[in-house]
Amino acid sequence: MLNEVAPMLLSSGQDVDVGISGYFSYHLFGQELYLTTSHIGLVIILLAFVIFALIANRAIRHADPYKPPGKFLNILELLVEQVDNLTRENMGEAHGHKFSNYIGTLFAFILVCNISGLLGLRAPTADYGTTLGLALITFVLIHYNGFKYQKMKHITDLFHPLPLAPINIIGEFATPLSMSLRLFGNILSGTVMLGLIYGLLPKLLLLFGSPVLSLLHAYFDGFSGAIQTYVFCMLTMVFIAQNFDTEE
Amino acid sequence: MSNITNEGLILACSAIGAGLAMIAGLGPGIGQGIAAGYGASAVGRNPGARGTIMSTMLVGQAVAETTGLYSFAVAIILIFANPLLGKLK
Repeated sequence: MLNEVAPMLLSSGQDVDVGISGYFSYHLFGQELYLTTSHIGLVIILLAFVIFALIANRAIRHADPYKPPGKFLNILELLVEQVDNLTRENMGEAHGHKFSNYIGTLFAFILVCNISGLLGLRAPTADYGTTLGLALITFVLIHYNGFKYQKMKHITDLFHPLPLAPINIIGEFATPLSMSLRLFGNILSGTVMLGLIYGLLPKLLLLFGSPVLSLLHAYFDGFSGAIQTYVFCMLTMVFIAQNFDTEE
Repeated sequence: MSNITNEGLILACSAIGAGLAMIAGLGPGIGQGIAAGYGASAVGRNPGARGTIMSTMLVGQAVAETTGLYSFAVAIILIFANPLLGKLK
């Protein structure tokens, strides 16, 4: 029985492709490197952002301050206001507005990367290089602000209960690691799940039809991606804002 | 038995190991369920604070998910980028 059913379910004719594939190899410093799917996805997304920024900049420059704003301008103002509110709520009135640029950029970038699976790209955030880069930016910001607002206390606090110093120091370095792995793991798990379903169960999908597939896409790409974007930005804000607390 | 190659044995054991690693998914599942349950009861007691409770719950759940994701990373490495095959000389 199983011998008859299994080939029917598995006869897809296509391999499961969830990995990163290189398109174009080049040599740099004696190493062979590749232009991969992540790079191409990133370039497409960044181009889309640049075009959006140019259009938005044009709309803002040509805005008439004596008239009520139009549809596009209204949406832009809403977005900026949301980001401002988010940072001010989570980082305090005094410092929140300084970080709304970074948080807004981070939010938009990660969100578009995560939901780019819906547009047929392989999500660039399912590449550990991308998420580690993002987490390292946050790591640098955390410690820059730590030194800026707490001076040397930022270092001496690590040794406060002296026996716990190794744990504290490892904990500081675990922050970017766990942040990047969280984003990477969540998006990659969605990619792998959808890849397995596409590659291994095409006959089942034919039976149940596309509603199941669109539901899975909505969950793994849309919902999960949005939640992880929110979580990444939230953790960034919380970790940076920790440095402000003991100031007064 | 004698016609199992060394590579085949390593691949088979790696597949079993990847499956075993994903058992760690139990922990985050239970933890997230408990967090969601308390979140629901908190909303029931104080429906006005729904937004704050939701965001706190989601961030907490995402942090609790980390251990599960470590196991997922281990499973993915075992399947797609097996480091043990390289040890075979």
